[in-house]
Amino acid sequence: MILKNLYITLFITAAVLFSFGCSGQKLGETNDGGDTGGTIRLQGSGSTFAKPMYEKWANEYGKLHPNVKIDYQGTGSGAGQKALLSKTSDFGASDDPMSDEDLAKGESPILHIPTVLGAVVLTYNLKDVKEPLRLTPETIADIYLGKIKKWNDPKLKADNPNTALPDADILPIYRADSSGTSAVFTDFLTKTNAEWKEKIGMNKQPSWITGVGIGAKGNDGVMGQVTQTPNAIGYVELTFAKANDLTTAQIKNRSGEFVAATPESVSAAVAETVAQMPDDLRIQITDTAAKNGYPIASYTYILVYKDQTNTAAGKALADFLWWALHDGNSFVEDLHYVPLPAGILSKVELKINSMTGGGKVLRQQ
Amino acid sequence: MAKTGALGDKIFKVLLMIAATSILLIVAAIFAMMLRSSLPTIKQFGVAFLFGTEWKPAQEVFGALPFIYGTVVSSLLSLLLAVPVSLGIAIFLVEQAPKKLARPIGFMVELLAAIPSVVYGLWGIFVLAPVIRNYIGPVLQGNLGFLPIFGGRVTGIGMLTAAIILALMITPIITAVVRDVLEAVPTTQREAAFALGATKWETTIIVLGNAASGIAGAVVLGLGRAIGETMAVTMVIGNSPQMSPSLFEPANTIASLLAANFAEATDKIYLSALIEIGLVLFLVTFIVNAFAKLLIMSVSRRMQRA
Repeated sequence: MILKNLYITLFITAAVLFSFGCSGQKLGETNDGGDTGGTIRLQGSGSTFAKPMYEKWANEYGKLHPNVKIDYQGTGSGAGQKALLSKTSDFGASDDPMSDEDLAKGESPILHIPTVLGAVVLTYNLKDVKEPLRLTPETIADIYLGKIKKWNDPKLKADNPNTALPDADILPIYRADSSGTSAVFTDFLTKTNAEWKEKIGMNKQPSWITGVGIGAKGNDGVMGQVTQTPNAIGYVELTFAKANDLTTAQIKNRSGEFVAATPESVSAAVAETVAQMPDDLRIQITDTAAKNGYPIASYTYILVYKDQTNTAAGKALADFLWWALHDGNSFVEDLHYVPLPAGILSKVELKINSMTGGGKVLRQQ
Repeated sequence: MAKTGALGDKIFKVLLMIAATSILLIVAAIFAMMLRSSLPTIKQFGVAFLFGTEWKPAQEVFGALPFIYGTVVSSLLSLLLAVPVSLGIAIFLVEQAPKKLARPIGFMVELLAAIPSVVYGLWGIFVLAPVIRNYIGPVLQGNLGFLPIFGGRVTGIGMLTAAIILALMITPIITAVVRDVLEAVPTTQREAAFALGATKWETTIIVLGNAASGIAGAVVLGLGRAIGETMAVTMVIGNSPQMSPSLFEPANTIASLLAANFAEATDKIYLSALIEIGLVLFLVTFIVNAFAKLLIMSVSRRMQRA
């Protein structure tokens, strides 16, 4: 009888703990940036792709300004947007810009602050293939649509005539969670492949074809599956691939060139779109027209409310953003990101300087 | 001894009542809250939500069946693997093992229970998945490939890997509880059985019979953990909402879906769908537990008659 009660108790404890666990994250994030005891705490969350960058910035900024504590959680771009809308974070972070529909859910206008640029790369596990694989928008789409099933498919062979491709099943790995990386990846394929546009389209959480490939959580999850599984292919952010020495494919761009993802090719892709940047700074830069540009590149954004309810925290946030895009720029390349082009930086500066707290401009120019 | 008086007794009783009823209230509140939050999808999809086989958040198509299937199959499969082993360990520890051996083994089993699930998941990706892909999978498929459950592609990531990980995770719990149950059976029963000339095997059967309801309770406890496990499953099951008869193919469970997506659901209808599937998990757990209780009752009745 004692034992029976014990397991009932255990079960109930587990249930209660579980329910607390669910709400725990939200509670932990609740922080309106109040200036408690002279220290200003800023909570940010979102993009996992930008996490190493933002953590580095937060850390370095904290050394210079010991009274400002910035905490960043890599919860994913979708979660970053949600945290900003529900005001559980002082700033959100997202790789793809918010939709008009989501922006309308905000209590007050939301600003998009581009911080750095990155690229989505295709990485694969083929141990006998030494030279970089060459992929086209069509072959990538066909692999993820389940139409190209084997590595020695004629279409792949045609693009890689000098590569000994194995007679093995391809295992595509995709993101199981909502992700800015998926958004950029599917945006590229939607622009370049009609069948993809019709069947899957552009989405943070696309509806993958059932029975094709397996899903993994996070950039690190996809990376883990690809490195562990022979004949797998997956898409991750360039920083993850660089930091872990993954082999990445060259992608055919609109000009017909096969281009590897490097800081130079990403810069080339973004340079070509500087003139097209809209006033709200929301832009997708995949499928570049630049001859030597990498076609699956993107900005990543920090999202903030234009008018900050807490003036002290708002000022700290604006100062931090300003610092990050100027002095903080020196850390960008070490972490394999690409800094903003000069033409864009001046636009972003205007945005940061337009932030207000209680109706007053936060930064004196 | 100091007198506490009738009033003290009454206060004590009321306090206990509050403690006991608060649990009921909490469960009811959770249920009501989830029901309320999932009303949008309940209204929009009705019963089709339960029987739909497509889960496409982007197109607002929500069918929970693949996840229910994945949850039930992975949990039952893990029980199938874990229960015999757990029973074996517990019986050995209580009935057979010398004290010197019983203590360290018992300690190790309890240690296993304390390992965080993400560590099991990592072990699954880096150790178990390659073993299944390179050895277990090809052998099973080579010899028994004509069975649909051993068909499909062997990638190392899928239903079987998830079930084995789950089995490893619930084995220590089931073992620990069964051991305590067996230890609680009075020694006089064993002595009586020996006195009547029973062998060790026959004595063990008698002890098991008397402990049947406790053992079944242990199994239910293990099942509870298997159904609710999130992280370790997410890491090895492949997260694909399909219902394949093959154990090698990827699948997904409700708990794993929630773990991977809950934080990121920005959309009202999507959030509602996730909460409704959580509600389904609540009900599945309830039904499975009720079913297990019935099983316990019938087993213990039969055992007592024997």
